[in-house]
Amino acid sequence: MKSSYNILNLIFILLGGLVLLFIIAPLLGMVINTSSAEIIETTKDTEVQKSIWLTLSISFVSTLVFAIAAIPLSYLLARKDFLGKGLVLGIINLPVVIPHSAAGIAILGFISRDSVIGKIAESLGLTLVGNPTGIAVAMAFVSVPFLLNAARDGFAAVPERLEKAALNLGASPTRVFFRISLPLAARSIFSGLILMFARGMSEFGAVVIVAYHPMTTPVLIYERFGAFGLSYARPVSVVFILVCLVFFIALRLMAKEKQK
Amino acid sequence: MLEIKHISKKYKDFHLNDISFSVKGGDYFVLLGESGAGKSLILEIIAGLVAPDNGEVTMNGKNITNDKIQKRGIGLVFQDYAVFPHLTVKANIAFPLKSRGLNKHEINEKVSELAKKMSIDHLLERRPNTLSGGELQRVALARTLALEPDCLLLDEPLASLDVQLRDDLRSLLRQINNEGITIVHITHDFEEAVALADKVGIIHNGKIIQEASPKEVFHNPKSKFIANFAGIKNFYKAEIKLGETIILDKKVEIVNVSGKTQCSGFVMFRSEDVVVSGRKTESSICNNYQGRVIEMIPTKHGIELIVDAGIIVSALITQQSSDKMSLAKDSSVWISIKASAIRFIESS
Repeated sequence: MKSSYNILNLIFILLGGLVLLFIIAPLLGMVINTSSAEIIETTKDTEVQKSIWLTLSISFVSTLVFAIAAIPLSYLLARKDFLGKGLVLGIINLPVVIPHSAAGIAILGFISRDSVIGKIAESLGLTLVGNPTGIAVAMAFVSVPFLLNAARDGFAAVPERLEKAALNLGASPTRVFFRISLPLAARSIFSGLILMFARGMSEFGAVVIVAYHPMTTPVLIYERFGAFGLSYARPVSVVFILVCLVFFIALRLMAKEKQK
Repeated sequence: MLEIKHISKKYKDFHLNDISFSVKGGDYFVLLGESGAGKSLILEIIAGLVAPDNGEVTMNGKNITNDKIQKRGIGLVFQDYAVFPHLTVKANIAFPLKSRGLNKHEINEKVSELAKKMSIDHLLERRPNTLSGGELQRVALARTLALEPDCLLLDEPLASLDVQLRDDLRSLLRQINNEGITIVHITHDFEEAVALADKVGIIHNGKIIQEASPKEVFHNPKSKFIANFAGIKNFYKAEIKLGETIILDKKVEIVNVSGKTQCSGFVMFRSEDVVVSGRKTESSICNNYQGRVIEMIPTKHGIELIVDAGIIVSALITQQSSDKMSLAKDSSVWISIKASAIRFIESS
């Protein structure tokens, strides 16, 4: 019995190791194949610098802005039962399953100059297509399900009794939300924000259709690859991945700190 | 005065049926019933956490059935305390004070006053996950009292505390009640009810079946269920026709010394008043029955014998008596019940 268990364990470890290798090997290969001189040179490239800054800032702002509406929706989905709730749950997960290039086409139609929203934006002197705002919309479209789902799980895990106890102690529903529900779900919400931010900044398919310019880093990598080939695209990729990793790890650590 | 009038609430597998009772201002009312009898649901309806299907809740004459939870002025201490885990003890107690719009100075003063009263003033900076059950209970009480409620609802407040803490908390609850706060306390423990209540309501299968002082419930239980609650095991439906006998559960006759005729009700006697012997003895006792021991249950006072003598009778004897008579399961015994120990309660 024991030996068969050990063999099973061994097989699982082996298979697991293959999956890990599958993720790590291409990334590691790319880093190894890029000299440090190339990396340093790339970090000095103002076009690269600008695009990384643009990507991070747009994803950050888009995450925060959409969170204002997404968090209350998550709360409703966690707490209330209503007609068509299943449909709403399906809808919020749609962006995960549809091809992102198709999502880009849909968004483009939605915000182009001919659309109602495009016209309203234009009358306010704003062009959405080929503009950071358009990029933010595209990023949010594909990444908001991550926040919605994480926040919904977080709110659902808050015991309803505590909310009721707070109401019984004379607090208004608004105070209950901000003092009880939100702080108790904060860890999940924060994880959701990290995922949304990370997913947004790495988005290519939807963004490239809505705005080729200004160029976000994933688009820049694609452009360098198309125009100059693999060896030109690789250093930018390495630098961007490193930046993403630094942010991702830092935010994860912050989330852990909150947990304590 | 808190009044519950004809409250009903139906769920798929349970329903509260026409619950009515009233609690005078300043009274200590204990709602006694088994787990799952619907006690907690009644508290939640009074507090406004659950809306009833029918009926109304009034407080000092005002109908509050549809009032918002936060506007009722009724404090509820949950069985699991529901202390906010992300806030310190101090912030927990201050929570209702902030809702009431007190300033920082007033809040600090009130928090330390309540903490002192509940003997938790040394815990104010602690987090709930570092506290014991008894401490959490006091935090929950202090927090609810900070609301200065007209009425305090307590959901099994002593259930998960050990004996020493129970005694302490009992006297604390009495003290709170003596200060004029009306208390509705639910429990499944009769002793707790006797120790604290001015009035007891007994709930069974979603219905209030008796509402009286603890003394009256104890001496005049309205059903076998209540008698069992009060620790009386021998409780039978009784019928008196013309003669000198009372018929128990339509099976066994005992001597009628109640002086009543042609009526029905209940007969009860304590297990301690049943005399057990190996064979029939000549004595002044008129009620003698032969039976068979069907169960022997060790208790802290000796052994409880369950005897089938046509009716099931519980008798309490000492270990020595049991040894002397070499009693075992299925032993044949005679039981005798003194007529003066038997109480007949006429049903209303």
